[in-house]
Amino acid sequence: MAPSIGLPLAVLALPFIAFVLLAVAAPLRRAGRAAGLVSILTMALAFAAALTVWARGLVFEATWTWIPADGGPIASVGLMVDSLSQAMLVLVTLVSLLVQIYSLAYLHDEPPASLGRYYTYQSLFAFSMLGLVLAPGFLQMFIFWELVGLCSYLLIGYWYERPAAARAAVKAFWITKLGDVGFIIGIVLLWSATGTFEFTELFDKAQSVSGLPLIMFLIYLGAVGKSAQFPLHVWLPDAMEGPTPVSALIHAATMVTAGVFMVTRAEPLFALVPEVLTLIAWVGAFTALLAATMACVEGDIKRVLAYSTVSQLGYMMAAAGAGAAQAGFLHLLTHGLFKALLFLAAGAVIHAVGTNDVFRMGGLFRAMPHTGIVFIVGTLALAGVPPLAGFFSKEAVLGGVWEAHLTGPFLMLALTALLTAFYMFRVVFIAFFGRAHAGGHPHEAPWLMRGPLWILALLTVLVGLRLAAGGLAAGGVEGHEEAPGWLAPLSVGLALAGFLLAWAMYQRGVIEPARVATALGPLDFMARRRYGLDTLYAGLYRGIMLGFSRLIGWIDRYLVDGLLNVLSALTLRAGARLRGIQSGKAQDYVYGVAFGVLLLIVWAQLWR
Amino acid sequence: MIGLSAYLTLAALVFSIGLFGVLTRRNAVGILLGIELMLNAVNINLVAFARFSGNVTGLVFTLFTIAITVAEVAVGLAIVIAIFRVRRTVEADRLDLLRG
Repeated sequence: MAPSIGLPLAVLALPFIAFVLLAVAAPLRRAGRAAGLVSILTMALAFAAALTVWARGLVFEATWTWIPADGGPIASVGLMVDSLSQAMLVLVTLVSLLVQIYSLAYLHDEPPASLGRYYTYQSLFAFSMLGLVLAPGFLQMFIFWELVGLCSYLLIGYWYERPAAARAAVKAFWITKLGDVGFIIGIVLLWSATGTFEFTELFDKAQSVSGLPLIMFLIYLGAVGKSAQFPLHVWLPDAMEGPTPVSALIHAATMVTAGVFMVTRAEPLFALVPEVLTLIAWVGAFTALLAATMACVEGDIKRVLAYSTVSQLGYMMAAAGAGAAQAGFLHLLTHGLFKALLFLAAGAVIHAVGTNDVFRMGGLFRAMPHTGIVFIVGTLALAGVPPLAGFFSKEAVLGGVWEAHLTGPFLMLALTALLTAFYMFRVVFIAFFGRAHAGGHPHEAPWLMRGPLWILALLTVLVGLRLAAGGLAAGGVEGHEEAPGWLAPLSVGLALAGFLLAWAMYQRGVIEPARVATALGPLDFMARRRYGLDTLYAGLYRGIMLGFSRLIGWIDRYLVDGLLNVLSALTLRAGARLRGIQSGKAQDYVYGVAFGVLLLIVWAQLWR
Repeated sequence: MIGLSAYLTLAALVFSIGLFGVLTRRNAVGILLGIELMLNAVNINLVAFARFSGNVTGLVFTLFTIAITVAEVAVGLAIVIAIFRVRRTVEADRLDLLRG
């Protein structure tokens, strides 16, 4: 066992300690802000430990037997620290820390008991996500995978008194479960073929597994649910019912990237099944394009960001499918930074104007310049403008997809890059520069909120500069693949085109948005209705699920219960008959005795 | 000379008649009479066995049985009278106090 095991263990254990403390010590939890401070303090320590792990470049794997059995353990738990998990440790603890600090101001008006509950969930989430990242095997990963799903459910439904939030929480839970069923089946199939859950052992043994494409497809289904890939992406926009910091942490930077992380972690396995990889690339690219079109017509600032997240997750998946998982992972890291930034900035805006609707904002740049600047930094990064972080990772993804000769996905992703710039600047122009018609007096957010925003904005710039200087070598993440020379101008050009289009439509008013909508009639119509997918799922749920439930209910009520009812009725009737024997009359009893004796005599005579 | 089996047959007949009475009589006094018949059938058995085995024990035993029978009848009739006082009837069909 490595001597340096203490540090990663500390990263994992600290949030857990905070969670247990807050869960058990009810007075502390109900104190609200004190609970938040406990959570933030442990998170800060965990962040420091994660930074140390990263800086020292620790690489080791330690496992302990969990389920012992004859002929070797069935399952083990442990820590797997390598370049992937180092980078994720830093990202998760950093964003968690900033989000928790930010929440202290954002959820200022919450009752103390609710705030304590919020921080309890936050600590549990941080623990679960870190456990997922450190998992050395599929089984441990699945357990933490479900735990983060649970935390997501709890935090989306944080305002559970609101019917919309409660519904969104249940929707998110069920739709991700749909993918998780495939995930667990795939894991168990893989285990029954190789007898192990551990990644390192699987990488050696998987070669000889028959039916590997099906198994890997099932495992990929888990990522489809978690990372909101088409057609299971519908839960993510609804998940915006949760508090904005939660959206920033869970539904932008960390949990939704778990699917990408899993595919990256299990890349040697996926590399054995090119057909599944191709599918992943196509689905990812299609998801990216589909979500981008929906983001273009969305009026809710958080939902725009949510669709943008779905779209960027599509990018990452497409990269993984193209065999450039490292590029996808790089995009995961940079996206985690600037999307958390965008969400938190959007939270500051919502905090100030009290609405999510961008058309009821306007001219906010003058009222809140800090928020405006960081939002624009995030937008530029997301649009892929050099030298910000998003440019390099996006270029790496596009390069990887091009290298894999996936022309279709490449074209879709390129179009998405254009749309990304368009819908993000659309929001910027409408909300920050449009005519000022925001209700009330929008004010700059308190420093508790602005601090995390500036830190993330600075990091977005710094990571971009670092990447420009030659890859995130210290993070162990390989820089971009060797991309053709025309790629960088192309992606900048696309971003610029999207920017100009948004500028012309929403700032200068040269092009009427309504006329564009009419020109693109059916597409606009479909995008506004989310391509009917939500309606389809609702219909499927009502028609098939509820119909099936009713059938099951009928079987249970009339067949299963009926059988039992018949049995009990027979018993009752037999009892009623037998009761007649006990008449209470001495004569009847004597008759019984005499008859019995007679029977005994006859029996004795016959069997002598 | 009449054999032992004749006495035993007579005793069995008397016993059966007594049992039949016990099982079928509606009146409690009739039931008591049936019981008397059954007891006396036993007495016949005892006397017959004593006579044929040349053992006097059975005769002595019979004397005791007769005495106990008298006592039993006295107790039985007393119970019947007590029941009659409470329930105003000695019909066996009505006396179902043993019912749970």
